[in-house]
Amino acid sequence: MAKNQYIFANARIRTKELALLDKPFFDQLLACKNYDDCLLLLANKGWGTSGEESAEQILSKEREKTWELVSELVEDISVFDTFLYGNDFHNLKAAIKQVYINEEVPNIYITHGTIKPEIIYDAVKKHDFSTLPEHMIKCADEAYQVQMHTGDSQLCDVIIDKATLDTIYKRGKASGNELLAEYAELKVASADLNIAIRGFKTGKKKEFLERALAPCDSIDINRLMEAALDKEEAIYDYLSNTVYADAVQAIKESPSTFERWCDNLIIRRIRPQKHNPFTLSPIAAYILARENEIKSVRILLSGKLNDLPDSSILERLREMYV
Amino acid sequence: MDSYGIVFALLGAVLAALLSGIGSAIGVGMGGEAAAGVITETPSSFGKVLILQLLPGTQGIYGLLIAFITLSQIGVIGGSAEMSLAKGFLYFCACLPMAIVGYFSAIRQARVSVASIGVVAKKPEQFGKAMIFPAMVETYAILALLVSILAITGVTGLNI
Repeated sequence: MAKNQYIFANARIRTKELALLDKPFFDQLLACKNYDDCLLLLANKGWGTSGEESAEQILSKEREKTWELVSELVEDISVFDTFLYGNDFHNLKAAIKQVYINEEVPNIYITHGTIKPEIIYDAVKKHDFSTLPEHMIKCADEAYQVQMHTGDSQLCDVIIDKATLDTIYKRGKASGNELLAEYAELKVASADLNIAIRGFKTGKKKEFLERALAPCDSIDINRLMEAALDKEEAIYDYLSNTVYADAVQAIKESPSTFERWCDNLIIRRIRPQKHNPFTLSPIAAYILARENEIKSVRILLSGKLNDLPDSSILERLREMYV
Repeated sequence: MDSYGIVFALLGAVLAALLSGIGSAIGVGMGGEAAAGVITETPSSFGKVLILQLLPGTQGIYGLLIAFITLSQIGVIGGSAEMSLAKGFLYFCACLPMAIVGYFSAIRQARVSVASIGVVAKKPEQFGKAMIFPAMVETYAILALLVSILAITGVTGLNI
């Protein structure tokens, strides 16, 4: 009866949710005089151990903590691969670029993926993609050929980004979990909106949009593409008739507001999981909540480091899960 | 054919203990998983979550009680175990409310207990309120227990 209900895991997650950063804490962080005060406040909250780590080290450690906890709670961690495919494809991009320029570039790989960055690098270096997972082989080869023969990094990125979205969508929908499926849908839909808007603003042609847009249930990519090739208002008109009508205002404000809107949308959709004691969904929601707070802390610290006004930092901060 | 009366009566007693016991075992198991999850992070909540874990265990006790009463009434424990087929069937029917309601209410109560353990994990001070929710499910197990007891004692008085 209790099989696949993740009762133990969810009870632990309930307790862990108490330690998630909330809005009052971010207000405190924002009120800190400088970057160092922020690090001190974070250290009091248990972020960072020695007090001498850099912000990136602290954030990386927090991500590690999340995945350590999840691997304790869930026997087969591959159920959360939907969240990690993005890192794999990022590493693929980095490896292709590194091989192309033939130089050692430090800290370009993300450690948390479904496969080790070294395997990806070796595959690219040897031009033997058979060691990569099936969903990466075709796009890795295509992106490699484009990068090596034409030097067109943008096209290389487009090929990999499209494969990322297709993989997230396919695996998310096939996961059998409602939250993972919804995450995949929102991730692909928001990426498509982003591509359409940027495509319009940079005057991209139909071929580019056809190559970049990934299909999903909530967006008709053909109509979106037509709108993006027409005029800005056409994109807004199309969006007004979709479930993403709220996005129009955010897009009009600024690209960063739109990015914030996309992240907030996911957080709002997963928030009901705070009250769900069964299934995999609350654990998945916790992972997303942790990623969201790590992203928000990074934005805030980066703002403080660069002496940005509090109002500018505030408008970039994401909504919190708790 | 009359000798089959005792078979039905005994089957009723067994089902009452068996189904309620299975329901409670599943329920207490679910509660235990959730309780262990909370204790891993906050050992101080042990007393509170233990109570919530044990709530779905009562159906098993009620089932045992019904089985014991039935066994006593039909004479399997300390008496002559002879009765008509009709009477045996009536005993069987009398045990069914506890058997069926016991099984399902224990599992449903366990789900509420697990949810309540989640409440205690986040807000230990809300333990009193959190306990009321699974306790409400108990009402129906108690009603089934009463009906079974009344029916068993009633059947005993029938001269058939």
